[in-house]
Amino acid sequence: MSMLSFERKYRVRGGTLIGGDLFDFWVGPFYVGFFGVTTAFFSLLGIGMILWGASQGPTWNIWQISIAPPDLSYGLAFAPLLEGGLWQVITVCAIGAFVSWALREVEICRKLGMKLHVPIAFGVAIFAYVSLVVIRPLLMGAWGHGFPYGIMSHLDWVSNTGYQYLHFHYNPAHMLAVTFFFTTTLALSLHGAVILSVANPGKGEVVKGGEHENSFFRDSIGYSIGSLGIHRLGLFLALSAGFWSAVCIIISGPFWTRGWPEWWNWWLNLPVWPGAN
Amino acid sequence: MKNKHSMHKLLLPGTALLALLMLTACERPPIDAQQTGYRGTAMADINNPRTEVKTAAANQVPDPLPLAPAAGPKARDIYQNVEVLGDLSVGQFARVMAAMTAWVSPEQGCNYCHLGENLASDDLYTKRVSRRMLQMTQDINSNWDQHVANTGVTCYTCHRGNNVPSEIWFTGDSPAASASMAGYTAGQNVPAPAAAYASLPADPFTGYLTQGDEPIRVQTGALSDQDNYITIQQTEKTYGLMMHMSDSLGANCTLCHNSASWGNWSTSNPQRVTAWHGIQMVKALNENYLSPLQPEYPDYRLGSLGDAPKANCATCHQGVQKPLYGVSMLPDYPSLAGD
Repeated sequence: MSMLSFERKYRVRGGTLIGGDLFDFWVGPFYVGFFGVTTAFFSLLGIGMILWGASQGPTWNIWQISIAPPDLSYGLAFAPLLEGGLWQVITVCAIGAFVSWALREVEICRKLGMKLHVPIAFGVAIFAYVSLVVIRPLLMGAWGHGFPYGIMSHLDWVSNTGYQYLHFHYNPAHMLAVTFFFTTTLALSLHGAVILSVANPGKGEVVKGGEHENSFFRDSIGYSIGSLGIHRLGLFLALSAGFWSAVCIIISGPFWTRGWPEWWNWWLNLPVWPGAN
Repeated sequence: MKNKHSMHKLLLPGTALLALLMLTACERPPIDAQQTGYRGTAMADINNPRTEVKTAAANQVPDPLPLAPAAGPKARDIYQNVEVLGDLSVGQFARVMAAMTAWVSPEQGCNYCHLGENLASDDLYTKRVSRRMLQMTQDINSNWDQHVANTGVTCYTCHRGNNVPSEIWFTGDSPAASASMAGYTAGQNVPAPAAAYASLPADPFTGYLTQGDEPIRVQTGALSDQDNYITIQQTEKTYGLMMHMSDSLGANCTLCHNSASWGNWSTSNPQRVTAWHGIQMVKALNENYLSPLQPEYPDYRLGSLGDAPKANCATCHQGVQKPLYGVSMLPDYPSLAGD
């Protein structure tokens, strides 16, 4: 891959978070850095653990391989490797890899003199994962509340966890998260469409820009958020989706143990209804 | 600094909403969890130990009355019009009557069922109903051990000191039946206490627990829609019944099911078998005992459609997986065990 004309200017040493100039170099297009090495270390160790766990049976079926967390009876203690301990090690590796990747992004930002929106955004995704496998299990008192690492098994976990609270669609934070996920796709599709419609004209047409984009949305919905604003909105929507996802699972169990529909009885119990005391 | 500023924009409405949420959702850690499936399947009973204490206190077995001598003449030889419990000695018979009074009509006393001057009289409907209830209790204890095991039931299991058990149901007893502006709602779209306050069908009992054989098992396994005759309304009614069962037992769906496949018995817990027998039992009790008592009741005991009060899971369970925490009262009142 050839280097872009301006890239050489930015391929400078320095700006690292720790370690001086240790691993402060590029391999092909990739910046390595100290945290690139730790990312690779945790990733390879974690994947290796998953493969070893899979080799201990009962299946090599890619859909059914599952590394499950410990029984609830282990609480917050260490479990034997093949009884959930492997899950604990892999969880540490996963968090190590994700956080390393985010810090590597920070270093790249610093080298380029950019602000930190990208690593912060990725940090929200890490927060969602950590909510599932660390924060909520800690609050509920057992690592066994984390989700298993397997393609089908983690889906079964999601389903059963929802049914622990009878009807998860009544979880208010889940409602918010789902709404933000859908709104994110709405905003992205509108943004993607309007950009393509002006920036990729047919033969003989001129490329159009922000004025056309703004005019289109003013004409159609009376308002245009603008070319900078749409990216702020997109980031807000996407991060809100991840954030409320994390909230919706953290409150399920630690802060509400019954069916989610019943939570809404605060509404029925407001003292404003006919017949209320 | 600019970065911090934009994060504040995100965090402020977020924390405000979160705070609002915390104010209304009023539980907190630590919680209790009982694993009900293989590790990592998220099959677990989740409970709040602080409310569990209250539930436990409300579901204690009352102290048994002092034993009465088995010797002496039998009740049926001394009293008139004794159709049940006649084999007991007069002392034992009086003891059971006293216990029933404490369980069912502690305030009204014997006169709730008996005309004071003539104990043998069947004039009061309560006496006619309570005789049938005794027969039902004996039937449950002798023929439904697949559901009630050796624990069995007594009058107290349901009545708990009330003339009428607190957990009963009537057909079509739902605000949705009348409050629809837009027409047919399939009994939905209101918070249904019977369905744990979901907007699922508010009467998820008629058709399952009495009156016919609507299919509860709505997963057909059919590969094409053409072979699947189950409607979404039937499915939601099933969910309503399941919500009722979960809520009645203070449990959740994963006590019996692995939701990966609701219908698959091999991945379900053994509790599902007990629950299946429970459905059959309640249906039989409603059809053989409770519904046929309809002509006996005064109007104020009947539902809005004129049907008799009927039983569901909550009638006995009252928020506990094993009614009264599985403590059997039958050793103290063996005459209620039936044959």
